[in-house]
This record gives sequence, structure tokens and C-alpha cells, in this order.
Amino acid sequence: MNWLITTFASSIGKKLMMAVTGLSFCAFLTAHLIGNLTLYAGRDAFNSYAEHLHSLGPLITVAETGLLFFGIIHVLTGLFLFFQNIAARPARYEVNKNAGGRTIGSATMPYTGLILIAFITFHLINFHFIDKTGTTIFQIVRDAFAKPSYIAIYVMAVVTAAFHVSHGLWSAFQTLGINHPKYMPLIRKAGIAFSILIGIGFGFIPVFISLTT
Amino acid sequence: MTKTLNLTLKVWRQKGQNSKGSFETYNAKGISSDMSFLEMIDVINEQLTIDGIEPIAFDHDCREGICGMCGTVVNGRPHGPEKGTTLCQLHMRHFSDGDTIVVEPWRSRAFKVIKDLVVDRSALDKIIQAGGYISVNTGGAPDANAILVSQETAEKAMDAAACIGCGACVAACPNASAMLFTSAKISQLALLPQGKPEAAKRAMEMVRTMDGLGFGNCTNERECEAECPKEISIVNIARMNREFFKAAFLS
Repeated sequence: MNWLITTFASSIGKKLMMAVTGLSFCAFLTAHLIGNLTLYAGRDAFNSYAEHLHSLGPLITVAETGLLFFGIIHVLTGLFLFFQNIAARPARYEVNKNAGGRTIGSATMPYTGLILIAFITFHLINFHFIDKTGTTIFQIVRDAFAKPSYIAIYVMAVVTAAFHVSHGLWSAFQTLGINHPKYMPLIRKAGIAFSILIGIGFGFIPVFISLTT
Repeated sequence: MTKTLNLTLKVWRQKGQNSKGSFETYNAKGISSDMSFLEMIDVINEQLTIDGIEPIAFDHDCREGICGMCGTVVNGRPHGPEKGTTLCQLHMRHFSDGDTIVVEPWRSRAFKVIKDLVVDRSALDKIIQAGGYISVNTGGAPDANAILVSQETAEKAMDAAACIGCGACVAACPNASAMLFTSAKISQLALLPQGKPEAAKRAMEMVRTMDGLGFGNCTNERECEAECPKEISIVNIARMNREFFKAAFLS
């Protein structure tokens, strides 16, 4: 077991943990988005989707526990790396200029990440840890997005997630060693496309709900 | 056309490892646009010597971009604003009359400033030492092409071996990570048959040594490959990761 701890404690091991957990969140976002698209089909479609999802029972518990476990790993490792990287350059530069490698997404990873963890907590309080007796999930969503402040928070959070993912997705492939001259340009473009899809797909839901109800 | 430039330089001056440094401003008058950046510092140093001021200490050796000795951060860019060149290959024609140029040493916890712009890069030597040896039979000279290596693989190994160990990747990295350097050193041997027998041990040892020296972690910002004077690609970092995973999980 000692070798396993040494491996994951190394710089590349920590990268590996960030990549694997991050990729699993991308997969979760995809499933979450596909499910949420039923909102565009109206109240009954969304309520029946939620019902079907909850009828999976223990599978949902396993998925939730897994996501929570991965979330803790991702956040703790990310924070550890953030502080370790600051410590690696005790004297900062007088002039900072980029050579073109950095993107808005890559330069803001720790900050967008922290915003996201705050948002996810807020999001779970809104829709997960809420009293669901005598109401439907669609009703809860509609009530939430009746408040303009909620729409603003959700849209901004989704844009933040899009920036986070715009660096995260291709970065995970690079970390896993999947960098091939044939496929890397494609993976990079797919990362951008995925982040735009996440941004638009989730971002329009609150706007759509508030406009149609 | 040769032009004459008058420049203002803000240079980091630091007496020794434990003394506190600060920026000093110098005027560089009558600098020829044909001069290299290092020759410009030479001219300033001559004037400083005449004025009885300690000249600016800076690392340099071959002055033709192959030794890896020179390098400072010029206006926030390691080796200056030109792509694929070392500081000695940076010419003053890339600057305009009246420019203010800020010159700083490489900044990293693993690179201590020795004096002014000179930093201690022995941390990079320690990573190379941790790589150990490769296996080559002794005896008579082997026949040419006794071990077949494809042209493509040889080129990839050569691309990695082009690293001159100047430390610009560490200086450019927002996290002061040495992964591009380490990955180049791991790749040049891992790609060739002569480096295969010890590949696993080498990857483990070099990464462990790198981690222990106080470098930061790679977050795939890609600033290193953009600033590398030898234009070494982060493809090597992906290869190092593969080598490390193979070594950690399968060996």
C-alpha cells in the first residue's frame, strides 16, 4: 500500500487525481444536462424524469456517494496544489506577461473552482435538501427562478463552470498522457465546444423557466 | 539599418544570496540595434565600472544559444519577447528608442539568487543525476545500425534532447514547475532502446527528486513550451506522465 500513497502524493499523482475526478464531473454534467433538457418539454416531462431517476433507488445513492467522494478529493487536492504552487515562487515578478499559453480558463482555475463549490452547496440547498412534501420538483424549480436574483446567480455560476471546464477537459487528457499530434487539436476544440454547450445548455434553463411560467 | 537606441533599464540588484535586493535604474545611451541583449549589458557594465559602481552580474557563456547559461526575465518574458531564442540571441533591434526594460532573475523557490541576475540552477542538475545510467555494452565500437531506431523516433528523442537546461520553463511557469525540463530529460532516454531497461526506475527517481526540490506543480498552462528557447513541446510532459504511470502501476 505504501507505493500507492507515494504515487498519489507525487506531483503527477496529484495531477492524476485531479484529472480522473474532473473527467467524472464532466460525465456527470453531461448526464445532468441531458436530464434537465426535459424542462424544455414542460412540467410533466420534467416531473416524470425526476420520478424515473429516483426510482433507480440504491444506484442513485451509489452515484451520489461517489460524486461526493470525488468532489472531496478534487477540492482538497486542488487547494493543496494551489497553496503549494504559490509557495514555489516566494519572490514574485515585477512584470508579468503571458507568452500565449495561458487562457482565461487556465489562469482562473482555483478561483472558478472555489466559486463552483460555493454554488454547488447553494444549489443542493435549493433543490436537494428541500422539503419536497406536497409539491413537485417542477414547482420547486419554478418558485426558485421566479426570483431574479436566483436567475442571476445560476447564470453566472454556469458561465463560471464553462470557463473551468474549458481548461479542465483537455487538461485532463494531457495529464492522463493522451496527447497525440493527430487527436490533441481535436480534444482541445472538443473542450471548448463542451464548455460552450454546458454554458448555453444550463444557462438558458433559468431564463426559459422564468419566461414561460 | 543600424539604429542607435537610448534606453532606460530597471535591473534587479542583489549583493548576495542572503541580502535583500531591489531594482536600480540605469540609462543605456547609444546602444546599437545590432547588439545582442548581453552586449548591451556589457556596455552598461563598462560605464558602471568607470563610474566606480559594481557591474551587473549575469550568467553567460557561449553567446550563440547552445550552452543554456544565459537567461533573465525581460519585461515579464524569460529570454525576452522573441520566440525560440535565448537571451544572447535577442537583438536590440526588437526594442524601440526610449523603451523602459525591466530585467529580473528567474524566480523560483528552487532557484536561489546568487547575485543580481545570476541564479543557482543546480536543482536541475540534481534531477539529471537522479536519472542514473543507461545500458551500453563496452568493448569494441558497435556496428552502425546494430540497434534499429526509426527516423521518426530518433527525431522525437532529438527534439527532447535539444533541452539546454536554461530553466526558462521554470521561470515562465505560473507555478514555477520544472515538468517540461524533467519530461524532456525522461523522454530523450525513454524513446530510445538504450534507455528502455532503466526507464521505470528513471521516471520514478527523477519525478521524486523534482518534487523534493521545491518546484511547483504543472497545471497545463502551456507557458513553458511557449517560452522554451528550444521550443520543446508539452507532448513530452504527457509522455513523462505515461512513463510515470507505467512505472508506478506496472513495474
